Amino acid sequence: MSHAKLGLASYWYCFRGVLLRELQRFLQQRTRFLSSLVRPLLWLVVFAAGFRAALGIAIIPPYETYITYEVYIVPGLIGIIILFNGMQSSLSMVYDREMGSMRVLLTSPLPRGWLLLCKLLAGAIVSLFQVYAFLLVARLLDVTPPAIGYLAVLPATVLGALMLGALGLLLSSLIKQLENFAGVMNFVVFPLFFLSSALYPLWKMREASEWIYWICAVNPFTHAVELIRFALYGQWNSMAFSVTAGTATLLTLGAIAGFDPGRGILRRKTGGKPG
Amino acid sequence: MQPRQTARNALLALVGCCFAHSASADLAWVSNEKDNTLSVIDTDSLTVVKTVEVGMRPRGITFSGDYRYLYICASDSDAVQVYDTETGTLLHNLPSGEDPEQFALHPNDRTLYIANEDSAVVTVVDTQERSVVGQVDVGVEPEGMAVSPDGKWAVNTSETTNMVHWIDTSTNELVDNTLIGQRPRHVEFSRDGSTLWASAEIGGTVHVIDVDSRKEHKQLSFKIPGIHRDRLQPVGVKLTGDGKYAFVALGPANHVAVIDANSYEILDYLLVGRRVWHLAFANDEQLLLTSNGVSGDVSVIDVDELEVIKTLRVGRYPWGIAVQP
Repeated sequence: MSHAKLGLASYWYCFRGVLLRELQRFLQQRTRFLSSLVRPLLWLVVFAAGFRAALGIAIIPPYETYITYEVYIVPGLIGIIILFNGMQSSLSMVYDREMGSMRVLLTSPLPRGWLLLCKLLAGAIVSLFQVYAFLLVARLLDVTPPAIGYLAVLPATVLGALMLGALGLLLSSLIKQLENFAGVMNFVVFPLFFLSSALYPLWKMREASEWIYWICAVNPFTHAVELIRFALYGQWNSMAFSVTAGTATLLTLGAIAGFDPGRGILRRKTGGKPG
Repeated sequence: MQPRQTARNALLALVGCCFAHSASADLAWVSNEKDNTLSVIDTDSLTVVKTVEVGMRPRGITFSGDYRYLYICASDSDAVQVYDTETGTLLHNLPSGEDPEQFALHPNDRTLYIANEDSAVVTVVDTQERSVVGQVDVGVEPEGMAVSPDGKWAVNTSETTNMVHWIDTSTNELVDNTLIGQRPRHVEFSRDGSTLWASAEIGGTVHVIDVDSRKEHKQLSFKIPGIHRDRLQPVGVKLTGDGKYAFVALGPANHVAVIDANSYEILDYLLVGRRVWHLAFANDEQLLLTSNGVSGDVSVIDVDELEVIKTLRVGRYPWGIAVQP
């Protein structure tokens, strides 16, 4: 009994440690915080203004009336914040592995799965700060979801961030070197973002092309964005929740199974020898 | 449809909280020009509760003083129909002259002033005798119609002559004209009867006229970033009873302008459905409903928050709205 209690406390201790480290890293990198805000704000202020008239008129749930394009893309831009954060934490994972600090963490007697889960959760919590800062600025720009939305968007964002963090983690186990990260941007981030409901409603995609519509409709990022969109207006979307939660679980399991802390070291050991 | 249900419940709760102590549910009757029907909206649940078949091309609608009888301009039936909202039956037609579009009921609850678009006259009808009391020649294509709160003036606008025509209701004679912007569509008296607001569709302007002098006192024009000025076509106008706001429906600009009725400053433009036509207050002026012709829906504006809270589907080409407390 006392053993179990000790166990739980140490699990919590580990989580706290990882979270504090992530927060500290986040606080020290002010430029990272700023750039994470500037990116969606540029989309909101510049891109959305340009497309204001281009988006056709139709009322789609969760909206109860006609909306401007600015209002439409805010949930998608929350999506891009957590998407970039997920990728960034995968980048930091590669970095940690190369620098060896991940090895220190992995010397913990706790299961590796828990350590990775802590890392994911800490990343999601860091994202929340950025998301709320963005929502605050969006409010000043006249995007005013109901009060309940600001509360409901929290769990939706955390779930979405977990999914994308897990994706980043899985990718980090596939990336051999830090330098390969640029490829991730091209082949993962951009397709995920552009082939989703983040920038355009799906019915609009369908007008353009049926197969693009289907790609967008099955893209898990679409469902994370829709979960956030519905939550922001105090509504529940079971489909979006199921897909996001399901994908998050699968990716996390995949990331835990595929994570190989020795890879960076191994590469250095073997890579030094001539071929 | 789970999300919709949740939304509706949430909205109901919200509306319930906001209005629990002051307002009661009204019924908003909306004339659907292309469907030959009226859609009835419960203004608490903001849903269409029934649809009623009426004459051809219903446009202007207004209630009798006791809110039991609804007068309907059935333009293509060349009649004003009288609908009993208690029994749900069309009682009879009133003689209306050709192509009635808009009309106004005199505060005596008996005399109806009807604009006949095709024949350049205003027809005066006694709703009890069901007879034409007189016809007043006005400009070409009469359209907007209003009677002053004290019952002294019946005012008509003519779309092609670009004038506001002042008819003395004691003699039913045209006594004065005020020239305003191009294609005047709608007129609305302030509650105290001191000013008359007239919208000019092609001119893109709203004219505030002093009733005593019958001279223009202020001219307003509109500007929405990203919308071409040709699309800014003011039609419906509504003024709050407290004299605080004026709302102007801007037609194909798909926005309703919110104007400070004292300083004439334009406070905001609210996005609604396509080709917003006419407006009506509900729930003690806490809600403003807009008929959006092309998109076939009605948008609901929270007057305190100056925010569009919902848009709901009605029939094809909704035109006029009359609210029954």
